[in-house]
Amino acid sequence: MEYASTETPAAAGQNDDIFLLKLYVAGQTPRSVAAIENLNKICEVHLRGRYKLEVVDLARNPNQARTDKILAIPTLVRSLPTPIMRIIGDLSDEDQVLMGLNIRRL
Amino acid sequence: MPNPSHRANTPGTMLQKAPTGITGLDEITSGGLPKGRPTLVCGSAGCGKTMFAMEFLVRGILEFGEPGIFIAFEETPEDLAKNVASLGFNLAELEEQGGLIVEYIHIDKNEITVSGAFDLEGLFLNLQACINSVGAKRIAIDTLEILFGGFEDQSLLRREIRRLFLWLKSRGLSAVITAERGDGTLTRQGLEEYVSDCVIMLDHRVNDQVSTRRLRVVKYRGSTHGTSEYPFLIDEGGISVLPISSVGLDHPASNERISTGIARLDAMMEGKGYFRGSSILVSGTAGSGKTSIANFFADAACRRGEKCLFMAFEESPAQIKRNMGSLGLDLEKWVSRGLLTFHASRPSIYGLEMHLVKIHKLVRDLKPEVIVIDPVSNLTGMGTVSDVNGMLVRLIDFLKSEGITAMFTSLTPGTQSSPEATEVGISSLIDTWLLVRDIESNGERNRGMFVIKSRGMPHSNQIREFVLTDKGLDLLDVYAGPQGLVTGSARLSVEAREKAAGKYFQAEIDNRKTQLERKRKSLEAKWALLQAEFAVEEEETTRFIARKTAEQDAFKEDAKVMAKYRKSDPIPAFAVNGHEEG
Repeated sequence: MEYASTETPAAAGQNDDIFLLKLYVAGQTPRSVAAIENLNKICEVHLRGRYKLEVVDLARNPNQARTDKILAIPTLVRSLPTPIMRIIGDLSDEDQVLMGLNIRRL
Repeated sequence: MPNPSHRANTPGTMLQKAPTGITGLDEITSGGLPKGRPTLVCGSAGCGKTMFAMEFLVRGILEFGEPGIFIAFEETPEDLAKNVASLGFNLAELEEQGGLIVEYIHIDKNEITVSGAFDLEGLFLNLQACINSVGAKRIAIDTLEILFGGFEDQSLLRREIRRLFLWLKSRGLSAVITAERGDGTLTRQGLEEYVSDCVIMLDHRVNDQVSTRRLRVVKYRGSTHGTSEYPFLIDEGGISVLPISSVGLDHPASNERISTGIARLDAMMEGKGYFRGSSILVSGTAGSGKTSIANFFADAACRRGEKCLFMAFEESPAQIKRNMGSLGLDLEKWVSRGLLTFHASRPSIYGLEMHLVKIHKLVRDLKPEVIVIDPVSNLTGMGTVSDVNGMLVRLIDFLKSEGITAMFTSLTPGTQSSPEATEVGISSLIDTWLLVRDIESNGERNRGMFVIKSRGMPHSNQIREFVLTDKGLDLLDVYAGPQGLVTGSARLSVEAREKAAGKYFQAEIDNRKTQLERKRKSLEAKWALLQAEFAVEEEETTRFIARKTAEQDAFKEDAKVMAKYRKSDPIPAFAVNGHEEG
């Protein structure tokens, strides 16, 4: 059933969907900084105006690593639209990020 | 890292240990796993890694007051709780009391997209959060393969494994990390064992279709440890490891004597029976009554109010109880009072060592005063002669150190010229050795029993006939005649013959006595007759003397009267005869 829902007119729905994104980093490491930069770039290009991004610094709040089950740093979680998607790494590979977020290249 | 706080670990100070509480393991590792350091537990699937890790944590909480966290990558907390409930661990309760956290982390490679470089800092933060929330001193990670199986990058993987071990060490956690065994190597990455301070390998091997779990301490930095493979057991009480090395010959010796359960057998041993804490071997051919002797011994122990463990390797408890009922023994009574415990299993159910571990465990749980192993010879089929001997040495050592009186029965094959020969392996360890053998003669088979040896006491050297009746066991004297030993119906016929001979003998004596009596009587009669004759003679003589004396007196009187009449001179006394006149 889920398969069918993702297949529903993507072009029509694409503009209505809001992407809820959370990026987990740990402190100001080069990798974290790179991840934030890379994600911002991708979002601005591909999701302009229809995404909400929250950056969580687990170094300040380790408990959240436990509650949100985060292992790898950095981790990007797409909680909306469903299903939940996870992408790990500094997001330097744009193709992989787009695939992970299920976004069509413009 | 020149850290002043690490100065404590300079030579001279012992490495601190975190006791596992796992039976036997702390003995092998002389105190437990390295405290505050990571220990790798590796082995193939189903060898008990998860159980090991969990027991380390649970015992840490229950017995040593060290809170712990269990990081599960493999099983969900629900499954884990169910699995370890069979070991008697109640995880929910421990979690409620705040000593334990079971943290399940789900990893699925297919749900994750990788884009660029990353590390596992999130895992460390996660662990840190868990550690902080209970103040954990111990941690178990189960298993490494699932965690790193989620990531493809090999160099990252190796880097992060190393980081994980160092991180755990830097936090001062006594950690147990489980890992799959590699193909031909200890671990999959060939790296884990180098970053661990202690490596324990678990193994589940099948030899001759019998599987045995074994444990080996592969390495232990800064500590001595047993290097052998130790068999272990997982059952309702957790893991029990059996240290192979014997305790040494320093067990105490008791002077107390305990009954054999057979009065006549006691009599053969000074009327007192076996020494408490000694080991007794009853060997004999099939059907010679070994089990019966063992059961009477068990019964005697229960009568004294002692606990007896009966390891039955041949018959089921019900069958033993029924059979002993025919000898007048009511074993059920002792079972229901909790004095007698049967533990019946097929020898082939598991390997030799496992039987040993099992016996160890049962002894520790039940604390019996007396143990019967019937028959120990069934175990010998389970391994080579040296294996079996080794096991029995360990077993006897262990039982002696616990002060338990042990009886082993042993089946000797066939009627050999020397039934002792088969027992050479353990005979030197045995204190009292009874041999029951068949004596075949006159188309009959009867049982003979004798005490081959009994250390520390004078004992009868005679062979006794051993009979089973509905009133119990009894030992009878054996007739040794010109034809050799006489038993069974031959004994009865000899007895009858002897009885008849005895009767004849008595009659002859009686006869002689009567003859003598008669002779006496006749002599006495003769004596009486002679006495009577003598009496008559004596009387006649007396009468004669009296008459003659009277005549003499009368004559003198007459002479006096005559002289008076003749007026004669007084006659001088001497002239009376007239010889002076003339």
